[in-house]
Amino acid sequence: MSQATVNMADTGEAVADGLAGDITRAKVEGKELTKEEKQRLRKEKKQQKKQKDKKGENDEKAPSERDKEKPVTPSSTPLSMKPPTQKAPSAVPAPSTASLPIPIPMPASEAPGPSPSPTSADKPVKSKAELKAERRARQEADRASKQGKKGGEPGPQASSSKPKAPPNELQPVVKRLPEHVQVDDPAVVKKLAKKLERQQIPLRSDYGYKVSLFSHLHQYSKKAPLTQQISIPSTVIHPSVVRLGLQYSQGIVAGSNARSVALLHAFKQVIRDYNTPPNEELSRDLVNKLKPYISFLNQCRPLSASMGNAIKYIKKEISNIPSQCKEEEAKNKLQTCIDSYINEKITLAAEAIYEYAIEKISDGDVILVYGCSSLVNHILCEASEKSRKFRVIVVDSRPRLEGREALRRLVQRGIRCTYVLISALSYILPEVSKVFLGAHALLANGYVMSRVGTSQVALVAKAFNVPVLVCCETYKFCERVQTDSFVSNELGDPDDLMVTRKGKTQLEHWQEVPSLGLLNLVYDVTPPDFVDLVITELGMIPCTSVPVVLRVKNVDQ
Amino acid sequence: MELQAVLMAAGGGSRMMDLTYNTPKPLLPVGNKPLLWYPLNLLERVGFEEVIVITTKEVHKMISTDPKMKLDVKMKLDVVCIPEDADMGTADALRYIQQKVKTDILVVSCDLITDAALHEVVDLFRAHNATLAMLMSKAREFTETVPGQKGKKKAGEQRDFVGVDGTGKRLLFLANEADLEEGLAVRKSIMRKHPRMHIKTGLVDAHLYCLKKSVVEFLVDNKSISSIRGELVPYLVRKQFSRASSCPKDKEDPDQDLNRKDGNSSLEILRTAPVDEPLLQLARERSCWNDHRGDMSAAYHGGRLRCYVHVLEDDGEGVCYRVNTLATYIEANRLAPKLFEEPAVHPTAVVSERCQVGADSIIGASCQLADKTSIKRSILGASTTIREKVKVTNSIIMHGVTIEEGCNIQGSVICSNAHIGRGADIKYCLVGSGQRIEPEADRTNEVIVGSDQLMEI
Repeated sequence: MSQATVNMADTGEAVADGLAGDITRAKVEGKELTKEEKQRLRKEKKQQKKQKDKKGENDEKAPSERDKEKPVTPSSTPLSMKPPTQKAPSAVPAPSTASLPIPIPMPASEAPGPSPSPTSADKPVKSKAELKAERRARQEADRASKQGKKGGEPGPQASSSKPKAPPNELQPVVKRLPEHVQVDDPAVVKKLAKKLERQQIPLRSDYGYKVSLFSHLHQYSKKAPLTQQISIPSTVIHPSVVRLGLQYSQGIVAGSNARSVALLHAFKQVIRDYNTPPNEELSRDLVNKLKPYISFLNQCRPLSASMGNAIKYIKKEISNIPSQCKEEEAKNKLQTCIDSYINEKITLAAEAIYEYAIEKISDGDVILVYGCSSLVNHILCEASEKSRKFRVIVVDSRPRLEGREALRRLVQRGIRCTYVLISALSYILPEVSKVFLGAHALLANGYVMSRVGTSQVALVAKAFNVPVLVCCETYKFCERVQTDSFVSNELGDPDDLMVTRKGKTQLEHWQEVPSLGLLNLVYDVTPPDFVDLVITELGMIPCTSVPVVLRVKNVDQ
Repeated sequence: MELQAVLMAAGGGSRMMDLTYNTPKPLLPVGNKPLLWYPLNLLERVGFEEVIVITTKEVHKMISTDPKMKLDVKMKLDVVCIPEDADMGTADALRYIQQKVKTDILVVSCDLITDAALHEVVDLFRAHNATLAMLMSKAREFTETVPGQKGKKKAGEQRDFVGVDGTGKRLLFLANEADLEEGLAVRKSIMRKHPRMHIKTGLVDAHLYCLKKSVVEFLVDNKSISSIRGELVPYLVRKQFSRASSCPKDKEDPDQDLNRKDGNSSLEILRTAPVDEPLLQLARERSCWNDHRGDMSAAYHGGRLRCYVHVLEDDGEGVCYRVNTLATYIEANRLAPKLFEEPAVHPTAVVSERCQVGADSIIGASCQLADKTSIKRSILGASTTIREKVKVTNSIIMHGVTIEEGCNIQGSVICSNAHIGRGADIKYCLVGSGQRIEPEADRTNEVIVGSDQLMEI
């Protein structure tokens, strides 16, 4: 067998070389190439491109490695891992699927082979080890020069505790846990306190007894807003950011889309009121100005995945402003960038999702929705205007009772609605034909993070064989991976669970009972087995295609 | 900049003329500090760095010469003197400083003594993007006997009726008893939007208002409004529920058509939207929050003018006094020592050893207390002289007073530079400024002022 493969390889090589001559001959003679010849030609071109890209990527790798500030993993592993990942995106547009299996094993065996041959024309033949050493030396030189240039920049970029975009390649890098899931670790808390002190943001203290399973998360009280500790005409933090933080912590702006839009609006005002101090560049100073605001907002309410992506986008746009750009021009450019981001990612995405979703809604449908998702409400309202006949069952849960708001919006459009609490879910599901859910974020392993109770709805729907469709814009996709709702979540105010009926509040003195803890979870994750379809503006994809979308997005950017 | 502080210190103190005919109200001593110091201290504690003080020339002169004000107040005071002859109301004063107003303002009255958490009021203003946010407190009963008051205090006059919604924060209705002739009328438009309204009486308005900048511009257009509390605030509260298209029912409009148009245009000033309104609108549409439930309307019923109030509850939220009557003045003096930590006995006071000074008394600077005197629950102003065998109980003695030996002062207010002859027995009296009480006098429950003050109205 091995003999045969070796022969195959040998003959392949010989054939390739011979074919090259054939092809050139054919071109010269003007004859049409046969199918096999065309395949072989494509293969060779791919290999040549791969060699060129390998050299180019060595330079590119240096900045992405610096971001993680880890010791350099041996460059051989990324190099060997490179070809498959590089092959995959270029394989996707490959026209013929038959050629797919062949190129992949080819480079492994043929990499040393053809690589000298194209380069032999211009360089002397080098051995594989020498080439590797060359590339490594080039990497080090690049990194050293870039670190020298950026030596003045403060460390917050590296010490920021939020995970930045993970490496595109499958490098074994240890990601630091974000601080908001390590609240029970005093060292992390102290580090956060120091960071906030440096940024002049007050630290919000936790409130009440935390259930032990969730003691690693923050728990704040609405009665102790962060504004208690800042001066009233807020000078350190921009007034619109203070207002936004208050609205977040009191729940006036709630919902993933609303929070992102409000955040971008506040940033627009910050940019408008911003003046570059002398001897500073807008592209760097403005990003540093935004960092304390983001910490402040994080203290008011933990940031959502969509907000995180919006912040990343803005920071990127700001850093990409050329230094010779005048301030007014730069500010206008940023404002239009923000407007176009909202337009594309939220408004137009909602339109696109509606176009796809409307195909799934047929006359006579009974649609179940949970809580208040702005996207799902939009879809249903638009669908009713297109005179599809369906009725809606709104499922609601305490303590937020957001379903009432969804109910109001749907009934206002004339849609026939039924309202139940989540405890009645299994009684109502036999009537339901489809379930539409909204999402707070879509995780990289296909799990859906949404309001607490969503996974329950999905589970029961699965038990009744009712299709579950999740509607989510792509800007909510995040690279985090989570398989349970414990690791990273948000704890709401435990006092929200208290209810007063007939003048009596039973849980009024819950803090005095030592063995009692109130838990008010905000989010939960739904496994992809329970979700049948995710409707995004890119199309209707299965849950497991989320990493693909993420990858395509990263390549685009 | 987010908020500008404006301190109204031009008021006359019309309800305690006995005290204020000689000393302007902002400079009345409370706990040996001028009344003006208290709101300034509040603003400073909260984090303001500069204040616009609107006052008269007289007060301005006194402030600049008073050492205590210079030392204690670290903020930058931008004093604006208004002409004394022009009878300016608080809204007129705001119109006067319109050029200086660059952002939203926080208006404080000079007679407010409070340690409430101001951030509650300002948070309502910020979070709901309100046009007006104000502070109110539950009125307290005064237990001290007020000098010069004959008979029981007439309660119930000039009550304020305050209507709030279910959460207790949104201000729906505000009227003074004097304005309501036949009865309390609540408009149907309010009831339709807020079917449950709690009407409270017995609340004291702290005269602390957060106002949007557009309100000042509105005042410039509407010169007929002259008082913030009397006219502007009820107007704003009423206008929350009026539609832009329908005409406001104003009884005092002589020319209905013209004023209707003017009223609408100035109302539009109050309702003008900021530049980025479409984004805010989008955020509100996408947000799943509503301030009320039970009807089909969106948050805030789509209204753009909103008024909020924060009511200080009894338990532990702090004291709040408006020193505008004699009773509150005495009460404030009673509580002033607790509001700041300063030594009760001023270091420059000369107190002899055989003198008994109670723990809750304050002795001012350069006082001279002779032997065998007893000071209980009283406040002695600066440079007072107390001779031997004097008993002072429950009294307020302003600066420069001389009390000869053997006197017995109880429950009284002795204004500045008065002279009490020896052996006098003063109970629950108010002795005006510069008065002389003859020796061996026996006065109870009297207001002793000079004849020239009696002529003043």
